[in-house]
Amino acid sequence: MSSLRQFGMGFALLALIIFFQISTGGDVLTSTNVQNLIIGNSYILILAIGMVLVIIAGHIDLSVGSVAAVTGIIVALAIRDWGIPWWLGVLLGLGVGAVIGAWQGFWVAFVGIPGFITTLAGMMLFRGLNQWIGQSNTVPVPEGLQKLGAGYLPEWGPNTGLNNSTLLLGILAAVWVVYSELRRRRGAIRLGLTPPSVTAAAIRVVLSVGVIAYATYLFGSGRYGTSFPIPGVVLLALVIIYHFVASRTIQGRHVYAVGGNRAAAALSGVNIRRTNFLVMMNMSILAALAGMIFVGRATASGPFDGTGWELDAIAAVFIGGAAVSGGVGTVIGSVIGGLVMAVLNNGLQLSGVGSDKTQVIKGLVLLVAVAFDVYSKVQGKPSIIGLIFPSRRDRGPGAVEGANTPQAEIPVEEGATAAKG
Amino acid sequence: MTGTPAVLEMRSITKEFPGVKALDNVSLTVQAGEIHAICGENGAGKSTLMKVLSGVYPHGTYDGDIYYQGDLVEFKDIRSSEQVGIVIIHQELALIPELSITENIFLGNEVRGRLGISWDQARQQAIELMARVGLRASPDALIKSIGVGQQQLVEIARALAKNVRLLILDEPTAALNEDDSEHLLDLLRGLKAKGLTSIMISHKLNEIEEIADSITIIRDGQTVETLDVRKGEINEDRIIRGMVGRGLSSRFPDHEPKIGETFFEVKDWRVEHPEVPGRLVCKDSTFHVRRGEIVGFAGIMGAGRTELARSIFGRSYGRYLSGTITMDGQQISMPDVLSAIKHRVAYVSEDRKALGLNLLDTIQETVIAANLPRVAKHTVISDDEAYLAAEEYRKSLNVKTPSVKAGVAKLSGGNQQKVLLAKWMFTDPELLILDEPTRGIDVGAKYEIYGLIQRLANSGKGVVVISSELPELMGLCDRIYTVFEGRVTGEITGADATQEELMRLMTGTGVGAGSR
Repeated sequence: MSSLRQFGMGFALLALIIFFQISTGGDVLTSTNVQNLIIGNSYILILAIGMVLVIIAGHIDLSVGSVAAVTGIIVALAIRDWGIPWWLGVLLGLGVGAVIGAWQGFWVAFVGIPGFITTLAGMMLFRGLNQWIGQSNTVPVPEGLQKLGAGYLPEWGPNTGLNNSTLLLGILAAVWVVYSELRRRRGAIRLGLTPPSVTAAAIRVVLSVGVIAYATYLFGSGRYGTSFPIPGVVLLALVIIYHFVASRTIQGRHVYAVGGNRAAAALSGVNIRRTNFLVMMNMSILAALAGMIFVGRATASGPFDGTGWELDAIAAVFIGGAAVSGGVGTVIGSVIGGLVMAVLNNGLQLSGVGSDKTQVIKGLVLLVAVAFDVYSKVQGKPSIIGLIFPSRRDRGPGAVEGANTPQAEIPVEEGATAAKG
Repeated sequence: MTGTPAVLEMRSITKEFPGVKALDNVSLTVQAGEIHAICGENGAGKSTLMKVLSGVYPHGTYDGDIYYQGDLVEFKDIRSSEQVGIVIIHQELALIPELSITENIFLGNEVRGRLGISWDQARQQAIELMARVGLRASPDALIKSIGVGQQQLVEIARALAKNVRLLILDEPTAALNEDDSEHLLDLLRGLKAKGLTSIMISHKLNEIEEIADSITIIRDGQTVETLDVRKGEINEDRIIRGMVGRGLSSRFPDHEPKIGETFFEVKDWRVEHPEVPGRLVCKDSTFHVRRGEIVGFAGIMGAGRTELARSIFGRSYGRYLSGTITMDGQQISMPDVLSAIKHRVAYVSEDRKALGLNLLDTIQETVIAANLPRVAKHTVISDDEAYLAAEEYRKSLNVKTPSVKAGVAKLSGGNQQKVLLAKWMFTDPELLILDEPTRGIDVGAKYEIYGLIQRLANSGKGVVVISSELPELMGLCDRIYTVFEGRVTGEITGADATQEELMRLMTGTGVGAGSR
């Protein structure tokens, strides 16, 4: 895991946005386009959040698209045929995700079937169930669910020239940035550590607040009735929660420990089975949520919903810096990885590039991003952004970049020290 | 020297990594037909030198010249060094577990027939090679089914198949028991008699003293001296003096044990093998540990010491059948690792990389890994408190690192071991079980680890040390148990222990007379 990688990716995302903004003559950074971008990709990004945890733990989940689809059809039918309200439908959907997740978690954690196999089976199984239950029909969903998938925050209060909900969100975000910076300083001083330099902190705060302000303006200044989209709010909440869980809690550490060295984790008192079970279950719950957001946006559940989503989510995670061998990856990185793909898609579309060529370009981007990762780990070069935005993991002097990649250290031809089992 | 031609001469080799000078003007001269040992502490540059020689670091990435059989050579990869007969056997064996002995011997050096590989011929040659190295096994046996000692022989057979003329062995006996080591050393002597030149890196000074013709000592990336063993007057202390740059008056720190009452007792401990039902790995083992005491467990490899320790530590090995554990007068049960940690028992595993460390973690993350709740509030980990904890251990255990935010993968073996100890000290244990705590680490770091173990004992904790090095057990422990085939066969106080007596008990000789 490297924060430099993450910020390198963030930088690439920024460069990509600027590039397309110029090449399309300003079509990318318009309110309508960014709103659509979020609405059209939120479900993939939600999947990426779950997927990165699965991949850190050393597994993979191929079934997410099918799980999303089967959840979508069950919820759509339940609302239509049983007449339950849409929010109860959502709860039902999350329950369906939990049950499916428990099923897959059981096979992976307690029987010991590799996640690849379990979820390959799940991919077929739940796709089949989706078409069986729905008899391959398309089932419409009510307005409540459509709002969840593609709705906007309400308009209220005085005329500020912006959507007031979005404005409030922006203000809250800015306050939080300042508050957390102060908190970090206070904590460091309390424990007698050297707090981060004032200049770096100031630059960090100013940059972050600037980005937030611009985003607030961009999302809030669209036509009346539009705002930062509701699925975006759901995504944002999930990113914050999962980033916190993964990086700051005991449970999160356990996921990294299991993926990094299973045997050592077991001898350190980590409950391997429980961790694997929870990771797989969590993925299916998020897949169910993604499925419901998608049917909301599509206004109906269909037999081919979610086809190929697993690959988009996995690509996002690897672009975001995770390692195939497990133990490495971040939630934020994966979301940035997903956004890179999304912006690429969107920019190429706006530039009039066909979907054939877009596929080729996306494939190359995935390859180059990971190749760059491997290269920069070998080189271990510092970056300006990394100095301004030190992550909690790499703070302080002598944080050796690339220290986490024993496998890429020395080009040994044979008998390369297998650092990980 | 006296007319014997130098088969190899490395002249003023300098190799730099970003920020580090790993080798600084190192020279090495090896005479034809000798066994040349290279000694030095971990990180002194021994392995780097051998990697330069074998082409792992190609010509151009280092300064200096290599003359092989009188000619200046410039290897661009391992293959080109092998072509002239230089073969290196790494410490981590490069064998493929799922392939047979024959397939492994000829891996990358296949016997070509008219149509692809000629397996008949390969098998025939493998049988001959196996006879030469004294390996008694079927050539079709899979690597995973034979022992480490035999695997080492396969590596040598493989080198012979490549027509080796200069064999480099990196810690060849590190993972071997006494018998296998002895066999390997005999084999090397036999090969020497047939004219093979070898270079051997080893930490086992007694072996070096026994087998080497000359010794080159490297310290901090520089050649210190080359000793000629044939002229005599070379002993272990002499080598150590060269390695650490000072005489070690004793290899163990002075220690006045303060032994209290018995607080940890295991009775009639029976454990079954995890995969083979009916096979017992612990047979009615009984032992006790007193406060402030360092208790050793001696035994040959596979005797069941690690199995005993791990079955006690949260039943992390095998299937528990019967037996009791009493701690501070109360019978306790530790059905899993978490409960063992809660009962303040710690087990520091023997294999640092495979079982002890997550090599992706930083020092800080490693230190807190076995006791996350201690730096967490409502399951949320405080990075600052974790940092402070790690920093404290860095200072008190003298871990050599620029920062606790550095990855553990980059540390030397001795420092990794200290970090691992810190991880378990952080769980605040009353009983520490240390499994091979000094394996593969250099003399200086060993001394520090011994001091640390004594400090732990002095603070009233019980320490169990499992070690395959008898001098270490005798020098460190207040009491030593011997284990043979899953049974505790003897108990000797440290002062009375002799190597002969321990060996007798460890190998089951005369069991039944003296003990149960």
